Amino acid sequence: MLFLLIRRGLRQHLVSTAVAVLLVALGMGLVVSVWVVRAEAEQSFTRSASGFDAVLGARGSKLQLVLNALFHQEASPGNITAEDYQQIKGLPVVDRAIPIVVGDNFRGVRLVGVSDDFFQDLEYAPGHSYAVEPGGRPFQVGQKEAVVGSLAAHQLGWTPGASFHPFHGLDYNPSAQHSESFTVVGILAPTGTPADRVIWVPLEGVQRLGGHDPAAFTDLSAVLIKFKPGAEAAGFMLDTRYNRQGKRLTLAWPVASILGDLFAKFDWFADALRALAYMVAVVAGASVFSSVYSSMSARKRDLAILRALGAHRGFLIAAVLGESASIGLMGCALGFGLYALIASVVQELLRTRIGVLLEPWAWNPVLAWGPVLMLALSVAAGVLPAWRAYRLSVAEGLSPLS
Amino acid sequence: MDPTPALIIRDLAKGFPAPAGGRSEVLRIPSLRLRAGEQVALRGESGLGKTTLMHIIAGILVPDAGEVAVGGTVLTGLSEAARDRFRAERLGYVFQTFNLLQGLTALENVALGLAFGRGARPRAALEALDRVGLAGRAHYLPRQLSTGQQQRVAVARALANRPCLILADEPTGNLDAARGRKVIALLRDSAAELGSALLVASHDPEVLDGFGQVLDLAALNQVQAREEEA
Repeated sequence: MLFLLIRRGLRQHLVSTAVAVLLVALGMGLVVSVWVVRAEAEQSFTRSASGFDAVLGARGSKLQLVLNALFHQEASPGNITAEDYQQIKGLPVVDRAIPIVVGDNFRGVRLVGVSDDFFQDLEYAPGHSYAVEPGGRPFQVGQKEAVVGSLAAHQLGWTPGASFHPFHGLDYNPSAQHSESFTVVGILAPTGTPADRVIWVPLEGVQRLGGHDPAAFTDLSAVLIKFKPGAEAAGFMLDTRYNRQGKRLTLAWPVASILGDLFAKFDWFADALRALAYMVAVVAGASVFSSVYSSMSARKRDLAILRALGAHRGFLIAAVLGESASIGLMGCALGFGLYALIASVVQELLRTRIGVLLEPWAWNPVLAWGPVLMLALSVAAGVLPAWRAYRLSVAEGLSPLS
Repeated sequence: MDPTPALIIRDLAKGFPAPAGGRSEVLRIPSLRLRAGEQVALRGESGLGKTTLMHIIAGILVPDAGEVAVGGTVLTGLSEAARDRFRAERLGYVFQTFNLLQGLTALENVALGLAFGRGARPRAALEALDRVGLAGRAHYLPRQLSTGQQQRVAVARALANRPCLILADEPTGNLDAARGRKVIALLRDSAAELGSALLVASHDPEVLDGFGQVLDLAALNQVQAREEEA
């Protein structure tokens, strides 16, 4: 009977119930989205560091170096020489050193020149190596061949056998097209990293394109470095060598910490969003209060009838709190739907624009405390109406007296 | 040996806070008694305290002094929770304004009368509706029923728990004469069939005339008698 009364009570005030449910859903969706997207985005960026521990590049900002070399964003801070690459590659603590060159694009999709050992057992995540999809093969050094990241291939509609003329520069300029033609020989199997968003070509494919400075044919944009297992502390030694004692190069290490600094710069924005989410949650609570309070006031007579029929005062409390809790529960359920929608939009934006794969349903404590918070707010909003129901005078509620 | 009386009132007094301060006494009834199965009408104009008396008998209000026993249970000695349960299990109450919950169907309204007691049979609500001739309207909402039908649903709700005492407070107040007669007949027949005592409060002569025993609240209530003497 209690559930029947709660259900009918909510239905009798459908409009205010619906508004309260929507506001709870909005509060819940925003709270969970702000927390999860902030935390998950940072973790996703760190995961997407493509398995490298450090980046060596020209003197400049570490963040710019990481964004350019690993996330294919921003411009390169400058070039380094082939000798710099050979030197770091020869260090005993270095497991893999992958040189890259950037500076060209095809309709906005970057070309990244890379050494061919990029495709040789190089892991972008534990147990997952870069590989070319069946039906294709890695490019051959010295040839005008390309392996295209899965997202880029989808965006450009390319399959093995397609050919293209790249454009000079990192930004697309239709009047700056190179005369050289490249042939797509393979599609990179999806990695969920920014590697999916670019066109991979041999180093010299970029270095020796027409219009590039012949004096800089062997220059590199950066070297991606993976330390040997157990040698991660070597970063301290190299940090001292390149960043403190040297003045020509920059070692961006550790990558996770540099990305953490990036997110710290946007903490004010995350804080503002959190404040907004809290405000919406409070407004949702007020809306539940308004809905339940007006419902209780409008049904004072009904409550008095229930008492006259033998309902204990506790039953009335349960009925009123049950209404507010039901609004909270429905709001939370809808809020998860809203969160799924927000997360899928953010996920798609990050995937297509940066190549970072967000995992919105990875465990985050807010997935538990978010709904608990909204449910508690909803129930709390019902306390005063419930108290008024508890104090209801049956005789007055049943008036007019005969 | 006489069966347990349906209602015994002794030295009942009830007052309410007066607007000017102090208490304004409304009821002072030395004695009132209904035998089991007895049907009695209580005559009284509006404002004489009929509803207050009915509420006290039902355990909704607590008297300032005196004792009320229904079916052998002294209500004035019970806690509020116990009075609530007693009301749900042993009493039937018919209101002037029907007091049906508009969001519930006829059947649900009747079931509501059984929901707060113990030992109600699942089919009791439908049987009560059948008794008042509304089994076919079980799933109608109150607004889909005529006023007479609504009051019959209220009667069914009061009968569903097979009470030892049925209280009806101006049960025909919102009905035309013909429907009023039908409802009174229904109440009296059903009470007789169930063996329930019936106390009907009304100021309608047509209702009062049908009862063999009519009590005059103005005479019963010493507060009223004193005011009239003054």
